[in-house]
Amino acid sequence: MRAGVVTFPGSNADRDLAESFRKAGADVTMVWHKDTELPAGLDIVGVPGGFSFGDYLRCGAIAAQSPIIRAVKDFADKGGHVLGVCNGFQVLTETGLLPGALLRNAGLHFVCRTVGLKVATSSSVFTQGYNAGDEIMIPIAHHDGNYFADEATLKRLQDEDRIAFTYTANPNGSMNDIAGILSENRRVLGLMPHPERASESAHGGTDGAAMFRVLAEMLATA
Amino acid sequence: MKARVTVHLKTGVLDPQGEAVRHALGTMGFDGVQGVRQGKVLDLDLADGTTKEQVAEMCEKLLANTVIESYTIEMA
Repeated sequence: MRAGVVTFPGSNADRDLAESFRKAGADVTMVWHKDTELPAGLDIVGVPGGFSFGDYLRCGAIAAQSPIIRAVKDFADKGGHVLGVCNGFQVLTETGLLPGALLRNAGLHFVCRTVGLKVATSSSVFTQGYNAGDEIMIPIAHHDGNYFADEATLKRLQDEDRIAFTYTANPNGSMNDIAGILSENRRVLGLMPHPERASESAHGGTDGAAMFRVLAEMLATA
Repeated sequence: MKARVTVHLKTGVLDPQGEAVRHALGTMGFDGVQGVRQGKVLDLDLADGTTKEQVAEMCEKLLANTVIESYTIEMA
């Protein structure tokens, strides 16, 4: 698998994400936000967590207008896989690659702790390493993770089995306890929790490792 | 020329910051504040001849996220 990981000014989980891809056996290239093209032959692009552009205006709003994101959109439109974690999820909703938006946490606090997630569907390359209904422990660290979408969008996500993960105890006010969602073609995943921060034993948990392991298997470069 | 763009959360979108401000005002003894909605104001300094339509395009593409926010534009 060949992975690209985007770095914006203010990204802070880009190297963690790259390391998780590498540990799973991927060949990883870091991509700068000002680049106008992705390296050729990528199987997946990671949009990492952090505070791109200082969260100015809205979380992810400025990053969503950066040159590399145009290339990421093209890549996704052509059927490429994209994983957006935390700020990366916010960026993907701001670009329109995923529906809805992330609002300020209902409790107004920055929440930084490991939370329980329920795998809501195993039907995607991101979640195939789990069984639907599995409960896994993954850290979150965000101020704006309160997922919002209008009723029609929520119904569509539900009907199309596009809710990937839900919180077992809602930490931020997200509608329907949503922690992560898939695109219509199931090749774009955005989630607030950080699977790359639970991917080796030194992290205190390894429940995120299955995502990277299965991605690397499924997207193995021929 | 200048334009003032006001961005606010749409009706029905939870505004926890506004709610916290409302609560604080109540605690301070300002009774009767039934609701607070927090928004933001962006003052744009524009080249002469910029149209309201162009500012609206800026709002649609960047200044507001129309999934959750609405905006008003005052040209001056």
